Amino acid sequence: MFDDFFIRALFAGIGVAFVTGPLGCFVVWRRLSYFGDTLAHSALLGVTMAYSFQFNIAISVFIISAAIALILIQLQKKTNLPGDALLGLLAHSSLAVGLVVIGFLSFIRFDIMGLLFGDILAVTVNDLLIIWIGGALILVVLKLIWKSLFASTVNYELAEAEGLNPDRAKAIFTILMAAVIAISIKMVGLLLITGMLIIPAAMARNVSTSPLQMVFYSIIGGLLSVILGLFSSLEFNTSSGPSIIAASLFLFILSLLKIKQTAGLKN
Amino acid sequence: MSSNNNILVKLKNAGYQLNNKFLVEGVSLEVQKGRIVTLIGPNGSGKSTTAKIALGIYKKIEGEVEKYTDKVGYVPQKISIDWTLPIRVNDFMLLTDNISEDQINEALSLTGVIHLKNKSLGNLSGGEFQRVLLARAISKKPELLVLDEPVQGVDFTGEIALYQLIKKIAEELNCGILLISHDLHTVMSATDHVVCLNGHVCCSGSPSDVAHNHEYKALFGEQASKTLTIYEHNHDHIHTNEGDIKKN
Repeated sequence: MFDDFFIRALFAGIGVAFVTGPLGCFVVWRRLSYFGDTLAHSALLGVTMAYSFQFNIAISVFIISAAIALILIQLQKKTNLPGDALLGLLAHSSLAVGLVVIGFLSFIRFDIMGLLFGDILAVTVNDLLIIWIGGALILVVLKLIWKSLFASTVNYELAEAEGLNPDRAKAIFTILMAAVIAISIKMVGLLLITGMLIIPAAMARNVSTSPLQMVFYSIIGGLLSVILGLFSSLEFNTSSGPSIIAASLFLFILSLLKIKQTAGLKN
Repeated sequence: MSSNNNILVKLKNAGYQLNNKFLVEGVSLEVQKGRIVTLIGPNGSGKSTTAKIALGIYKKIEGEVEKYTDKVGYVPQKISIDWTLPIRVNDFMLLTDNISEDQINEALSLTGVIHLKNKSLGNLSGGEFQRVLLARAISKKPELLVLDEPVQGVDFTGEIALYQLIKKIAEELNCGILLISHDLHTVMSATDHVVCLNGHVCCSGSPSDVAHNHEYKALFGEQASKTLTIYEHNHDHIHTNEGDIKKN
């Protein structure tokens, strides 16, 4: 039988995949992958805060990422700098500050590799609870704002004109992004979280014809990536994050074959 | 104030500025139930901006907007569907409202695109897409329809048919329509009230009033004025798709 830690990691990964599937679709549709990266980089600062104040890592990461997201929205309103420059500014400065703080916390032993790339050995029962309860909450909120968020993704003005309040949906979605990063950081690691969001969704895009279908395939892709990735991580003794992402890349390449096939049928 | 019950949206001296420059200012107009108000004017005269003010898309405006309905259908002037988004016509019909299958079919049939129901939105031609946009806007049986160049890219006979459909919808649903169009011929035959814009309201009134207005002539030329007048006396028949002339 598998060890307890592996079962925990498997359940944690499955929980994460259920949430990153639908959110990842919106990241792809709204072209937010660099935004996801920025929030993920700022998560390092959240982790150091958690260690400094003996706080839960997921909650601390959520607070810091959400704060960075709000700062970004303010900067976008107040400066004339282009969006990607602001994202770069926040991503790298929060990463740098996080690393500097780690330098000061020399009395604590940090597993930097685990933070950056995920560590299945580190998943505790507490983490499992946070992933499943937090994940369920994220999905419930996403369901509630779905109509408004999706309509404004297609066309902002149409959503606004027909009374769907797209600004509120966008703000709530930003918070959800911070939350999904907070719950997946231990599994995937902060450098690869965006990959977990966009690669299964990109794979799903290749095989879908409707939005709900894409969400469905994105979840399936995420689940398969987690299962494949974790088993190979156990087998080859590799970090969990890179193994999961490599598995999702494999699925993406398979989905390209399907595109070729349908293109062939058309011709 | 019983007469006010019919008003769906009312602009009082409304304007909108971007980077300290007015895109449009001093617009007063109202759309009532069952009436078609048309905005005309050259490029950049503020027609779309006025529509967006009326819809509440622009928040920081000058003047006032009073909106008396939440049941709004909108056909924007420009909409581009990102290729990263897999979306079929049927999904698009459900974008802002959970309407029934029957309502979807009815609206798509009215605009003549029921056969495209399961097609991907990205594969439609310009004219087909316009018909889908119109179908979506009318499918939820709105009280207020705002149509920003609804027939752009539609072939000539289709254009006439769609304008007739728009007029029919205004009567059947008793909804008010705010219409923007470049096509003076077709618009004038269906319109109750015309507002001629050029950064501000140049003139407004019934189609024939506007046609004889000297500011309208200055803006569009003598020929356009004749066009309108001719149409005033010509709208007692329609041209069918087969080329026949049918008396009304």
